[in-house]
Amino acid sequence: MLDYTKHTLDNGLDVIVHEDHRCPIVAVNLWYHVGSKNEQPGRTGLAHLFEHLMFEGSAHHDSGYFAPLQKAGAAVNGSTSCDRTNYWEVVPTNALDLALWLESDRMGYLLPALTAAKFENQRDVVLNERRQQYENRPYGMALMALMAALFPSGHPYHWTTIGETADLHAATLEEAHAFFRTHYHPGNVSLTLAGDVETGPALARVRRYFEEIPAGPVSPPVVVGGSAATSDARASDGVRLLLEDRVELPRLYLAWRSPRLFADGDAGMDILAEVLAGGKTSRLYRALVHDRRIATDVSAAQGSRELDGWFCITATAAPGHDVDELERVIGDELAALADAGPEASEVELCLTQVEAQFVYALQTVGGFSGRSDQLNAYNVFTGDPGFMTKDRVRYQQLTADQIRDLAATTLIGGGRVALSVVPRGGADRALVGSTVARVS
Amino acid sequence: MTTGVDRSRVPQPGPVPAVRFPTVRMVRLANGLAMRSVEHTGPPLVTFRLAMPVGSASDPAGQAGLAALTAALLDEGSDRRTAFELHTALDRIGARFGVEVGSDSTRVSLTTLSRSATEGLALLAEIVARPRFDDADVARVRDLRRSQVRQLRAVPGALADRVFLETLFPAHPYGHLGIGTDDSLRGLTAMHVRQFHENAYQLGPATLIAVGALTHDAFIDAAERAFGEVEVRPVVESAVVDPARLGAPGPPSARLVLVDRPGAVQSEVRVGHVAVARRTPDYHALQVLNMVLGGQFVSRLNLSLREDKGYTYGVRTSFDCRRAPGPFSMRGSVQSGATVETLQEVFAQMEAIGRDRPTTPPELDLARAALTRGFARGFETAGQVARGIGQLVLHGLPEDYYDRFVTQVEAVDASAVTAAATAHLHADRAVAVIVGPADQIAPGLGVLNLGDPHCVAP
Repeated sequence: MLDYTKHTLDNGLDVIVHEDHRCPIVAVNLWYHVGSKNEQPGRTGLAHLFEHLMFEGSAHHDSGYFAPLQKAGAAVNGSTSCDRTNYWEVVPTNALDLALWLESDRMGYLLPALTAAKFENQRDVVLNERRQQYENRPYGMALMALMAALFPSGHPYHWTTIGETADLHAATLEEAHAFFRTHYHPGNVSLTLAGDVETGPALARVRRYFEEIPAGPVSPPVVVGGSAATSDARASDGVRLLLEDRVELPRLYLAWRSPRLFADGDAGMDILAEVLAGGKTSRLYRALVHDRRIATDVSAAQGSRELDGWFCITATAAPGHDVDELERVIGDELAALADAGPEASEVELCLTQVEAQFVYALQTVGGFSGRSDQLNAYNVFTGDPGFMTKDRVRYQQLTADQIRDLAATTLIGGGRVALSVVPRGGADRALVGSTVARVS
Repeated sequence: MTTGVDRSRVPQPGPVPAVRFPTVRMVRLANGLAMRSVEHTGPPLVTFRLAMPVGSASDPAGQAGLAALTAALLDEGSDRRTAFELHTALDRIGARFGVEVGSDSTRVSLTTLSRSATEGLALLAEIVARPRFDDADVARVRDLRRSQVRQLRAVPGALADRVFLETLFPAHPYGHLGIGTDDSLRGLTAMHVRQFHENAYQLGPATLIAVGALTHDAFIDAAERAFGEVEVRPVVESAVVDPARLGAPGPPSARLVLVDRPGAVQSEVRVGHVAVARRTPDYHALQVLNMVLGGQFVSRLNLSLREDKGYTYGVRTSFDCRRAPGPFSMRGSVQSGATVETLQEVFAQMEAIGRDRPTTPPELDLARAALTRGFARGFETAGQVARGIGQLVLHGLPEDYYDRFVTQVEAVDASAVTAAATAHLHADRAVAVIVGPADQIAPGLGVLNLGDPHCVAP
């Protein structure tokens, strides 16, 4: 669906170019194949903190990266997940050199400019981000409790990408330097240019800026500790947890381990989520929100990650109702789905939606989830930037029976984590038998 | 380094790209409905947007939330389909449907694949012109929205927004969130919703915007078929509010408002005042001013409060230019312990930029360049183009407005920015709203000289 070329430079940098001349802009998008999964317990949050440091200046431009880029009319951002860290700019075509100069300078020459003062300041900023997005946000700590319970201690998904506050305080400048030397080098990066560029000259420009950067060490493998061990969630009755929070209405999270990204069953879990809670025609929306009116909202999602997946159903109790009613009705719906499977027409509607999403996702060359981001995602996770074609086929081949079997094996047969988030002082409103989740 | 790259200086971008807004065809359908279309090459999709100049400012007294409730009920079934049937029809063509309700307007939009354009537009017409509004559906959705109002009391940002508007616009149509309040929603019934729809959803002043991978003729043909039977009448003037005709709001109900959030690790803050309407001749100068003060990452306030002091994950300012004067606001979430210092800094910077610390040449260059060089990427997608046309329609801007934007911004000089700051930025009458731990914050508030804090319940 997307035309592109891919070249790998001698230093290991993957370079992908996608032409689109409709708008005089070009997206510059870099995926560093490092995320919170590459952290060590006790130093969680370092990958994301490091992302912040990448914007604070490099050896030859030792001041903030936003100023020259915004002056060029760029949109600029970056993000960190458990699996990867991305950086992108969308610039007017005639500012491509600026973007490549800056990206190559921070890839090749960051450390001389990475000082204690910047490290301290960005640690404060990240602690503020954590307060704003997690601690002071209703239901904001739920993800931490879920990850810790689904993935055993030693598994790199046991912690969340934002990290533990104590770990962020404990991190040092020297560790940040070491993190850069280990993970931030051309062989660990996929760079995509998408937009108003000619492939040949664009590639030549990338060579000019990036070829001089030496290849780095082979990144150490990620140790999936605990995966052989049995997670607590594998116990027959699962795990029941509760959090008291500054919220008005109780919310129930039901979560399971599920197939990892692009593994057998991964696409099916997406469709299962759609059948269960995708919009107003979905089974759980109708059962919980429309018909019984015991929930104010419901959602479901397959979290496709590189090493392991997780699947989560989330529903908020309507006033006068509680999470045990939600659990019962959701359980009935899951049992029915695992027994009889979805109707063929339900699956067909979901697949139509998925097809349309693939088209809608082509609208922008840059930004999060734009075409450049997709090409890098496919390249980093499969080695094939053109994997989109196969990705679509994964869905097109799905049948109602496969969805039924996935519901039976992954949800009904899988170990479950049930988390109740209840208003403060309302511990008795959690599912019976819940124990307090430890989050900080 | 042995390299061909000159790393002694950062490369400079070329000149501002010359970008023309796509050609818009304006027609009236046989029934009189105004329509604007754009042939937009790209992925095989189309976006339709029906823009109506009636929004939450038209909520009748005591019935805050009626416009948004009515909008939320549009896709809960039509005269010929239940909600389930309607959404099945939308799913069948992979459509994305959405409704946005602002103070001044309501926008109903639908995006679908080009091959389903005719069917999608027919569904949009059915949704807007012939909604079902069953008693039971209205009660159900109203109760969902009451629950939402209740949940928003625990969301610091939503709480701050609500109290900020209430304080700035006492007894004024801009003084409430679109969703309304629990009290106002409780009294709303299907009768109110039907009446509001009858009065306000007439398509006389509406514009249908169509953008995507079809020809003008195909768009018009689809629109004639979809809307052909819909009667286009004026709205009932007595039942709607055109904010442009409103008087100014009275003085704010307080200068300093504190909403207690015991134990919160951050304070959500708003600082601002009623500022200007969209039709102000100073609009472009205000955009540049805002970029310098707090409208982008490298603005004075964000650099000071985030990158220098480390109080916050980020703050922003904006002039919300509506049909009538809307708020200038600074918004952010800061460490609770730094609440007072943050407010002092915000008031000081608001004061300084129009007086003893006017914008510098490098700041001015950067602000203008960010606006002009960044302009092209604002119209990449069909949705962005449709939204842009919607702004022209709502504010009665000239057809060549976007083609003149770059020139207008480039014409803003330092004296124009200072003049705009002096005329439209008023630290001396700005209001501060804090949602945070009162016991920790209240003792230090005296230094702000805003009087005793007015305490508001969540």
